[in-house]
Amino acid sequence: MKTVIIKYNAGNTRSVSFALERIGINALITDDADEILTADKVIMPGVGEASSAMQYLREKKLDTVICSLTQPFLGICLGMQLMCNYSEEGKTNCLGIFDQDIKLFTFSELKVPQMGWNTITDLKTNLFRGIKENEYQYLVHSYYAELGNNTIAKTNYGINYSTALNKNNFYGVQFHPEKSGVAGQTLLENFIKL
Amino acid sequence: MLAKRIIPCLDIKDGRTVKGVNFENIRDAGDPVELAIAYAQQGADELVFLDITATNEKRKTLIELVTRIAKHINIPFTVGGGISSIEDVSLLLNAGADKISINSAAIKDPQLIKKLSDQFGSQCVVLAIDTKFENNDWFVYLNGGRIKTELKALDWAKQIVELGAGEILLTSMNNDGTKKGFAIDITKQISEAVNVPVIASGGAGTIEHFKDVFINGKADAALAASIFHFKEIEIIELKKYLKNNHIEIRI
Repeated sequence: MKTVIIKYNAGNTRSVSFALERIGINALITDDADEILTADKVIMPGVGEASSAMQYLREKKLDTVICSLTQPFLGICLGMQLMCNYSEEGKTNCLGIFDQDIKLFTFSELKVPQMGWNTITDLKTNLFRGIKENEYQYLVHSYYAELGNNTIAKTNYGINYSTALNKNNFYGVQFHPEKSGVAGQTLLENFIKL
Repeated sequence: MLAKRIIPCLDIKDGRTVKGVNFENIRDAGDPVELAIAYAQQGADELVFLDITATNEKRKTLIELVTRIAKHINIPFTVGGGISSIEDVSLLLNAGADKISINSAAIKDPQLIKKLSDQFGSQCVVLAIDTKFENNDWFVYLNGGRIKTELKALDWAKQIVELGAGEILLTSMNNDGTKKGFAIDITKQISEAVNVPVIASGGAGTIEHFKDVFINGKADAALAASIFHFKEIEIIELKKYLKNNHIEIRI
């Protein structure tokens, strides 16, 4: 099986590849379209800024490549946000796979970014097999996806928002499974088995 | 709800874990990677590694250690100690660190904070403040607590957040190593004054001290070293106690 991690200017690719190594998967880190198109599983990590990340993907023509994929695809953190319609961060159009817009947390009583472990609820799809309701996952983010038809997990931080999204073969998680202990590892194993 | 975080700190010297008492009298406490794995399994929410050697010739050893840690643990970790340039930060993040912590270099050149947060994002820029209460105020110290500055901790905290710091690691030098509890007043003042998370450090001796710093100190996270290294407090017991006291905690 060939697992590819998309290399771009907003990746914490190394953490994700180490996490995959811990479950016995040697992933290829690449921005080559052919390698991505022929992979069995594709992961797009991301720690960074939305508009510059989108610009990079467009320059490399990876935006059209990603949208054309039919194999299981997992976006993590910014990777998930880039799969949505539009992001307030840098006011950029994104890939448009999910219906959601990405908005800034603007609740004065809460600290931004949200940083740390929060619970996920209303879990749907096999991505969460073996993961219990109210399990904690590690999050670091200032922008969030609203709830919608594609929501497969929710979290509360001043508001209920989407911490995971799914449409057909496309999955996105706001939290960092590669940094979320045993529960995060289970999620990565589930994704690899999809 | 977002949980309060328990963060063991590992002071690193020549690739080994050590713990100083009042920043001196260093004792050896074991292999950092082994300890890191054990802490992650025991329920630590994050780890901080502070390299107290941090001279240029040791930098390569630290990078190798960071890679080894990143391969083996599945929770986030911060690396600090002697970081003074964008290049240092770039090397550590590429080696697998999730965040970096800077201290003296930011005091000498506050614009470094802005440069780092612009390039790598605020979320990975932790500002460590070593502070000491004297003459009726909390003053900032640099170089591992050896040199006093005229900066006041509260003012400095506000300034670094404006410049892009994503988190504050606040150590009270008066409390550090005493096991008599965290510095509640300055922790509360800073936590309420800034809109980024504050990690309280220095003085943890009992499980009640953690409850106190979360409830009264308004800390988002609490850091300790020796009490965890020498198993005076087990992380899982601490977390059960806090949860029983209605503090949001990941178990």
